Amino acid sequence: MAILQAQHLTVSYLRDGRHTALAIDDVSVTLDEGQVLAILGPSGSGKSTLLRAIAGLEVLDSGRVLWQGDDITALPVHKRGFALMFQDGQLFAHRTVAANVAYALQIARMPVPEQRVRVAELLHLVGLDGFGDRRVTELSGGEQQRVALARSLAARPRLLLLDEPLSSLDRELRERLGRDLRRILVETGTTAIFVTHDQGEAVLVADRIGVMMDTHLVQEGPASEVLESPATEEVARFLGR
Amino acid sequence: MGGDRDPVTRIRTAPSTVIATVLGVGLPLAFLGVFFAWPVAAMIGRGFADGLGGFAEVFARPRTVRLIGLTLAQAALASVICVVLGLPVAHVLYRLAFRGRALVRALVILPFVLPTVVVGVAFRTLLRGTPLDGTFAAILLALVFFNIAVVVRTVGSAWEGLDPRQEDAARVLGASPARVFLTITLPRLGPSIAAAASIVFLFCATAFGVVLVLGGTKFGTIETEIYLLTTQFLDLRAASVLSVTQLVIVVALLAVVGRVRGGTQRRAAIARRARRTDAPAIVAAIVVTAALAVPVIALVERSLRTTTGYGFTNYALLAGTGSRNALVVPVWVALGNSLTTAVQATLIAVVVGLAAALVLSRSPRRPIARRALAAFDGALLLPLGVSAVTVGFGFLITLNQPPFDLRSSPVLVPIAQALVALPLVVRTVLPVLRSIDPRLRESAAVLGAAPWRVLRDVDLAVVARPVLAASGFAFAVALGEFGATSFLARPDRPTLPVVIFRLIGLPGGDNFGMALAASVVLAGVTVAVIALVERLRVDTVGAF
Repeated sequence: MAILQAQHLTVSYLRDGRHTALAIDDVSVTLDEGQVLAILGPSGSGKSTLLRAIAGLEVLDSGRVLWQGDDITALPVHKRGFALMFQDGQLFAHRTVAANVAYALQIARMPVPEQRVRVAELLHLVGLDGFGDRRVTELSGGEQQRVALARSLAARPRLLLLDEPLSSLDRELRERLGRDLRRILVETGTTAIFVTHDQGEAVLVADRIGVMMDTHLVQEGPASEVLESPATEEVARFLGR
Repeated sequence: MGGDRDPVTRIRTAPSTVIATVLGVGLPLAFLGVFFAWPVAAMIGRGFADGLGGFAEVFARPRTVRLIGLTLAQAALASVICVVLGLPVAHVLYRLAFRGRALVRALVILPFVLPTVVVGVAFRTLLRGTPLDGTFAAILLALVFFNIAVVVRTVGSAWEGLDPRQEDAARVLGASPARVFLTITLPRLGPSIAAAASIVFLFCATAFGVVLVLGGTKFGTIETEIYLLTTQFLDLRAASVLSVTQLVIVVALLAVVGRVRGGTQRRAAIARRARRTDAPAIVAAIVVTAALAVPVIALVERSLRTTTGYGFTNYALLAGTGSRNALVVPVWVALGNSLTTAVQATLIAVVVGLAAALVLSRSPRRPIARRALAAFDGALLLPLGVSAVTVGFGFLITLNQPPFDLRSSPVLVPIAQALVALPLVVRTVLPVLRSIDPRLRESAAVLGAAPWRVLRDVDLAVVARPVLAASGFAFAVALGEFGATSFLARPDRPTLPVVIFRLIGLPGGDNFGMALAASVVLAGVTVAVIALVERLRVDTVGAF
């Protein structure tokens, strides 16, 4: 039984305040517990919008989102128990590393001593032991992404959404952090959707791959299957096959 | 020049650059020196005429202490209210996308450009016969009405530049809308809120026209007190003591503004559609916007009232001099005076302001030159805060003897108005000049353009529209200027704001009705000018 079912999602956005254009058009996605799905596609294909729509950050024109069979379409973003990690981290610059990681724990009213333990545990998980008191502005790009990951995982989200989390990093760092990401997701048993335009990353991190082209999800399946037999000419060209 | 030296080893600044810098710095400095520093310094001198004794005596008066307290309390309260009411409006007008947004933005900015006397008259009509008439609350309401635009505009443009994904990240992590606002948005808006609040505080602490019209003798600011002491009690020493006090407060505030101001403009995020959680902000914004329209509508409505119903009687009376010969000249003649004076003031402010902005936009390499420029920048901002009354009063005591015996000359009024408009011109033009990529000038120079040609083809070409916008803004400010003008305008050449104040000072007969009609005319001209400025779409207008 799929844990997440996103059915027929359509989102349009306002262009110059008046006219609307479609960002995603009738996209459906399902995901089992503990699975990692990569959404692969060129920029502008609508993959980030799909992620935001599932998070509840976009107003849906049509479609619905089910979690364990319950319709959560109308559930406000902050009550969904998800987490979202952006390409550039979006760390809160006015808070320290520890205060960033603890943000969701404070919201959940976890007692402060427990928060400290959990923050230390998370910083260890992402390989940043002892970084708690640093200012986030002092960190390198890779360190910032690790903090963002720790912050996202802090409250044990039911679903982790990752929007090009490695794209702002250089190649070597990207591969290392990609492997770490895969390890952490498996270790914590986190269900995740991972948006990227890089198929190497997708293979490294995900179990399944969905390919988005021009507002549509054109193919979805196990990673190896999608890479070996692209469904259309277009997908094949994008994958370089 | 030593022709025998190797030109490569001696790098000296081209003579034309030196001349241009001297002109650009010299002209504004001479203008500020003669028409601002000297009069203000002369007044400070009067305050210290018999040592600090004058201060001790004036500060021993209970009335002085009360007025200073009143000034600060009123400015502080108004700033807080402006921020609280302005935030939801800024959110809706700068973060959300909806049809008619440009129009609503213009409506919210409108009160800020209305002449102070008009705002005073509008609130007086609105509150006439209510328990609020003549109270502290009435002054507060008018000040908030006037200054809310500062918060909406300053905080709004900062808000527009904030990356909304920070809020998104917090929401997904489980933060409720209120929590997102308090823990993420508010800390990031902090600097712009502080800047807006201190500017509002500055404007309220030096408010004159509004307070004079609404406060009567019971309530006032340091500014209105200086006016009363000078014109009614002829107590020049006490007036100078208060001017110095005000100067100290204002300079301290400007230092604060300068400290919190320097935020870099970022790319505006794309406005989004309204969500359900925006409902409280939207409701608040609608209420505030509607409330801002009330005084204006009341003013127009009452101006059309006649003894028998509605009509243009009050407007027809503007061709005359009012009941009991309240005025020396008909109101239309005063409007003519206002327009002429405002044109002259605009010319002065734009020429001086542009020269200053061109110099300020350069970034010299030597630290000394850079520090000098920063000081020059600060000096130009000073007239914004120093009370117009102080300046007008300073003119009276300094420019009455050779070499500047200008007291009976009609040029004093436009000069004083230009002084008030000058900082606004500089603030509008300077950011545009600073945003020019130096490489643009370099490419022009490499392509063979001489320095004057670079100035013409790059700087002046880019700045043409902002200068036009600044001219319109300066014109509107000059048109409504009341503080200095009320001191300096000769009785036979009054401007429209002076005439309106005179008419409400002598109510009875047709005078109040005429004051209303004249206010509508003045507001109409001002709004028309500002509407033209807005069409130029220069977003640095009115930014501080």
